Amino acid sequence: MGSNMAECHPVAFRWPLKAKTDHGAVLMHVDPRFTRTSAACDVHVPIRAGSDIVFLGAIINHVINSRRWNEDPFYREFVVNYTNAATLVNPDFKGTEELDGVFSGLAPDGKSYANATWSYQRNPAPGKGKGGLGPFSDLLLQQLPGRPKTDPTMQDPHCVLQIIKRHYARYTPALVEKVCGCSAEQFTKVAQTMLENSGREKTANITYAVGWTQHTVGVQIIRAAAMLQALLGNIGRPGGGVLALRGHATIQGSTDIATLYHSLPAYLNMPDGRKKHDSLKDFILTEAGPLATSYWGNYPKFAVSYFKAQFGAAATAENDYGYDYHPKITGDHSHMPMMLDMGAGKIKGFFVMGQNPAVGGQNARLQRKALAKLDWMVVRDYFETETASFWRNSPEILSGELKPADIKTEVFFLPAAAVAEMEGSFTNTQRLLQQHDKAADPPGDARSDSWFTYHLGKRLQAMYRDSANPLDWGIKNLAWDYEPEAKEVAPWRIKDEPSAYRVLKEINGYTVADGKPLATFANLKEDGTTVCGAWIYTGVVPEEGKNNAARRKPDEWISPNWGFAWPANRHIMYNRASADSQGRPWSEAKKLILWDPDADSGTKDLSGNPVRGKWVAPSGEGIDFQPTKAPAMVGKDAALGFDWLSGNDAFIMRADGKAWLFAPAGLVDGPLPAHYEPYESPVANRVYRQQSNPVAKVWRTEGNVYHGVADPKYPIVVSTYRVTEHHLSGTMSRWLPWLAELMPELFCEVSPELAAEKGIRNAGYVTIVTARGEIEARALVTRRIKPFVLDGKKVHEIGLPWHWGWQGNAKGDVVNDLSAMVGDPNVSIHEGKVFTCDIRAGRKGGRS
Amino acid sequence: MGISRRKFLKVTSGIVGGGVAAELGILNVDTAAAAAKAGKVPIKSGRQIPSICPYCAVGCGQIVTVDDAGVIVDIQGNPDSPINQGTLCPKGAATLQLVKNEQRWSTVKYRAPGSDRWEEKPLDWAMSRIAELTKKTRDANFNEFQDMPDGKGGTIRKRVMNTYAIASLGGATMDNEWNYLHQKLMHALGVVYLENQARI
Ligand code: SF4
Repeated sequence: MGSNMAECHPVAFRWPLKAKTDHGAVLMHVDPRFTRTSAACDVHVPIRAGSDIVFLGAIINHVINSRRWNEDPFYREFVVNYTNAATLVNPDFKGTEELDGVFSGLAPDGKSYANATWSYQRNPAPGKGKGGLGPFSDLLLQQLPGRPKTDPTMQDPHCVLQIIKRHYARYTPALVEKVCGCSAEQFTKVAQTMLENSGREKTANITYAVGWTQHTVGVQIIRAAAMLQALLGNIGRPGGGVLALRGHATIQGSTDIATLYHSLPAYLNMPDGRKKHDSLKDFILTEAGPLATSYWGNYPKFAVSYFKAQFGAAATAENDYGYDYHPKITGDHSHMPMMLDMGAGKIKGFFVMGQNPAVGGQNARLQRKALAKLDWMVVRDYFETETASFWRNSPEILSGELKPADIKTEVFFLPAAAVAEMEGSFTNTQRLLQQHDKAADPPGDARSDSWFTYHLGKRLQAMYRDSANPLDWGIKNLAWDYEPEAKEVAPWRIKDEPSAYRVLKEINGYTVADGKPLATFANLKEDGTTVCGAWIYTGVVPEEGKNNAARRKPDEWISPNWGFAWPANRHIMYNRASADSQGRPWSEAKKLILWDPDADSGTKDLSGNPVRGKWVAPSGEGIDFQPTKAPAMVGKDAALGFDWLSGNDAFIMRADGKAWLFAPAGLVDGPLPAHYEPYESPVANRVYRQQSNPVAKVWRTEGNVYHGVADPKYPIVVSTYRVTEHHLSGTMSRWLPWLAELMPELFCEVSPELAAEKGIRNAGYVTIVTARGEIEARALVTRRIKPFVLDGKKVHEIGLPWHWGWQGNAKGDVVNDLSAMVGDPNVSIHEGKVFTCDIRAGRKGGRS
Repeated sequence: MGISRRKFLKVTSGIVGGGVAAELGILNVDTAAAAAKAGKVPIKSGRQIPSICPYCAVGCGQIVTVDDAGVIVDIQGNPDSPINQGTLCPKGAATLQLVKNEQRWSTVKYRAPGSDRWEEKPLDWAMSRIAELTKKTRDANFNEFQDMPDGKGGTIRKRVMNTYAIASLGGATMDNEWNYLHQKLMHALGVVYLENQARI
């Protein structure tokens, strides 16, 4: 769902196809459009864009009320042991049934939630822990909560399973018909197939892409899928899971080692002026406090080692490891508000490296106009992108709305090296780090991206070297030495590229005393004796000179010696759940890791006898659990991390060790996925009185006008998407003659019914209009798109790939000129997958 | 555009492509016939360097072939990779044209404020100027403290050590190592408008 895998991740799609041909797997595609993915699947169910939570919620409802799920002991064992289904929730919690579409805690202005009532019922807090773990850990030990209360019979009305039952009771096949627009039979076929193919012997997988993320309820759609998979016992097991198909070569790496405003590397939060983050101690206690009983109990080690990586020898216990000199965020500084603030003149200088917001950004016209407000901008790319040339030939220049002479932006274009021209690593969508070697120097003055940032940093450090201003402490004391060894650059013309190896080694971590790489993150310390840029990557450089990302020995299954899967070469996360509550594989067919009670654990008891029992993985898979923790072991109450977790707490990153069917924390828009209409929708919400996500990110500003609900001026639903032959905003594809010829021109998919209503001819021009912009495209009249009938109302949907712009070999209008800036409240992603528009035959400006 | 049809069909044969264009009737390409005609892809010989496809997150392995003069002459799928077993999609198969492309710029271009044209500039000059602008902009717009809501209707003075005057937007096809260096430098400068395609 939410993915057109055959066209957008074509080579990966070979694997589900192989599962179908070689192993009889059933492939089902639930997606608004009939695509090449649908064509290769056994089942295609079209649903209206933005109705996914109704579809998934109805599967959950179908599953938990089915005979199979209630009678087969497998599900009960999985759910009671590995999820929070049995956990008791605060009796003050009220859900959408009681509050007609919202959850308890909604602020009086309806724009934010306080989540106090979403909490667990807990036993009394434990006595104070022993201490002696370290300065920050000892403080964490003093504030541990009591264990959550549970009802293993799952009958208590406040237990999570009962809450879910009530919450999804109204998500019926009949509701699916009315909201999603498919038939109840189509729905039931999918729900029943999922159920029948999940269990002890079989697992089912759900794969998604940006068709799920780019919504004002994006996070909740994915959560609904994760809940379903947890209920079906499909998490942590081979062939199960929820697989995100991400779009860029190392988009996973850019998330892990975040160049994102809200995150430090390896999923530590960014220090934040809105939170109690006044010192390193406050930062750690605020962030790690609620998580300390999970593996995040090691947060102090991760955080201190990060600051040591940042400031090197200058970071000491006395100066809080330089914490005071690290910036704090103070609000939402993500892409959309960034561009709005740029338009408002707040931002003066802009680095744009390998992105093309003039085409790729939502409400792209507004983003281009923001560029004109800058004092300076640096673009690094291969070609003269639309972002680089906005001042020269953008639609706003051609229309005379802006004049080059009036645009004061000083623009630098710096040519970039291609991947084959530099050494480095990518992290793919499976969390697999893979090394690419350098094959040749880039041409002329083209340089790697790392070169640019490294040399900019070197120049700046030289400029600040003599500054006595404490505000400059951070840049002055930045640990910034990645000089290559002579042999690394010997074959090349360019001698001053930074050493990719030294950077990766710092990301991996090493001990301060001897500079030796850390083999595992278990060796990290909170006393400043270890340096580590991103703890989840530890193990990629396990010893000096060894780079596991460059391992290239494949095998027939998990290929543990091909690249490096973070964390610790674990390919399937939470794989403790691949074994039952006794540590035995659920079945031979689905064996992954298991508890071997006779194996030598490598440790000795107090009298010096070897301790027997450890987790083993015949496939060579990394074990995502404490290696010597027996399944029956009960965790200690006054303890952190692994010591708190019990032998069945498979979900080691969760504070209770369980998969969260109900999210007591971490989400800003509710503990359970509930259906809200897209911010722009052709229909009123049929599920609740609440129309759209109450806490969605909305920016009502000039040029970012929204359409109303069932707006008669904009009655048609539009989805944007990609094609195989282009890549995103096209900077890596529209300039390539082969790809440009394969996919030369922007088109718009239109159903024959809509074409007949509007007089649209196949291959003729159409104009698509929203309150934000107007574009033209060639019509592709196709039965791949069908109107939906929702409760008697016909709703048309059209599809637009968004790769084109005015530069390159394949040119076309910028589809994102149509979309609005509106976003998911958890992660500030936009809603490019669904908004409303109107369409007419003919070209822009009335030409035909 | 200078495309040799024979050349592009050879490389893209047997993989998804051209379907929509053909359906539109724009290209008049009979893809099935073209695929039948194209035959085997010739693999150029030379030194082979393992690489990874620069496009999507599937992470297909590639082999970059370099001739005796050190020039990249071919990029094909890596048959050893357990991910793609030698196959590539049309984008991956076109990677060579990302490297060898007449429209690729290999010198620094500069547009002065208010100007209507690019000028060519030395790399070193551009790096100096960019460093100078970065410092100037940061220093003139640096916030040591800021009043933040205290949650009780008032405000509280917090140390924020940031600048709102510089923003950075990166792509997600750039090395892990770059991501690491870039976040490190931006944080050292106090930049908080730090974003990446990874959000989208
Ligand atoms: S070859 Fe295609 S599927 Fe493979 S990584 Fe490249 S773009 Fe993705």
